[in-house]
Amino acid sequence: MIPSAFNYHRPETVDGVVSLLAEWGDDARVIAGGHSLIPVMKQRLTDISHLIDLAAVETLKGISLQDGVVTIGAMTTQHELITSDTLAKAAPLVREASLQIADPQVRYVGTIGGNVANGDPANDMPGLMQTLDATYHLTGPNGARTVAARDFYEAAYFTAREEDEILTAISFAAADGGYAYEKQKRKIGDYATAAAGVLLTVEGGTCSAASIALTNLSDTPVYCAEAVDILVGSTLDDASIDAAVKAAVGASDPVADTRGPVDFKKYVAGIIIKKAIHSAKSRA
Amino acid sequence: MEKMHIKLNVNGKDVDLLTEPRTLLIHALREEMGITGPHIGCSSSHCGACTIDMNGMSVKSCTVFAAQANGAEITTIEGLGTPDSLHVLQEMFKEHHGLQCGYCTPGMITRAHRLLQEIPNPTEDEVRFGIAGNLCRCTGYQNIVKAILAAAAKMNEMKESA
Repeated sequence: MIPSAFNYHRPETVDGVVSLLAEWGDDARVIAGGHSLIPVMKQRLTDISHLIDLAAVETLKGISLQDGVVTIGAMTTQHELITSDTLAKAAPLVREASLQIADPQVRYVGTIGGNVANGDPANDMPGLMQTLDATYHLTGPNGARTVAARDFYEAAYFTAREEDEILTAISFAAADGGYAYEKQKRKIGDYATAAAGVLLTVEGGTCSAASIALTNLSDTPVYCAEAVDILVGSTLDDASIDAAVKAAVGASDPVADTRGPVDFKKYVAGIIIKKAIHSAKSRA
Repeated sequence: MEKMHIKLNVNGKDVDLLTEPRTLLIHALREEMGITGPHIGCSSSHCGACTIDMNGMSVKSCTVFAAQANGAEITTIEGLGTPDSLHVLQEMFKEHHGLQCGYCTPGMITRAHRLLQEIPNPTEDEVRFGIAGNLCRCTGYQNIVKAILAAAAKMNEMKESA
């Protein structure tokens, strides 16, 4: 499978990327790791005449922790997320989720920025970023701005990013409480039938803060506000957890596909969410 | 579209390639450089038959444009061993029947090579997790895992006696 012809650009600065996007408009696309984009180009499902490679933009790489805020450059790979000591301490949830994405070869090149910006509801990072209440940093011709991850996703492949903007970084508060990312998939490398990311903080036996979000159970990632409200203030007793699971499943809106019919997906979601809450509780 | 110059170092040799930006790395290797060790299986980044080592990473070369690899250091199965002087992994695959049809083997061994660089003394679970991006439709993986574990032990022995 060979894609149709295109011009290749490799700018070295964010400004260089933005000015190429301004110049070529709809005919241009940025490429990060390329493991979502290249397969689509090979099937000729997209028409791109200018491919802008972000690989040489050094400022888009790296992981930092400052004043309790983790910032991850958009071009940071999943392999780098997994092997980062900083992240292992400041947000072990990211490592747990990254290890469940695709396979080793894909994780060496797949980036966090590509994963969140693509807007594919099957990708794991968008759901994870709901759990972490992350902030996305975008740069366009009018400068930089931020969008909350929870406001970013509009529909499958439709996001708050404008065509002439690129996502440069992701930031979130360090999350060192109880955590879990549980994913049910048919085989390694597959997208989730259902996945859930959970963060829990427990103080004096009571849940003082919580976050729950779902992957691939709607056309956007789902943040489960109602389930969070049920858990916060509870002792994380079985009745509260069951009620939270029910609320979270209620917030999902899966469609039937090769991974199963709607009822099956909701059933799996219930099991996965419950597992994730219990696992997070055991680590809180 | 205009062709572009791409510089690569493949198996220790500098290569200057003039090719279209849309040329995939696997096609550049196989068709323009005659390096036919890496295979095309699914051409959709699932099977891992096209796995090569690029800048110290295992990469599926069917899902990388040669243009993206500009400046990269690449190792393929041809760079690991030769018929007269097999790599330890190749020897162990032979000894433990780690292949039947052999189609997945170059990708499998190239991947295993990187895995053992990162985890020189892996557990069976680590081997299985580490080769999860390489499909084999013959062996059922049992003997591939055995071969990689045996190669790890042998490579560690060689390091100790060196």
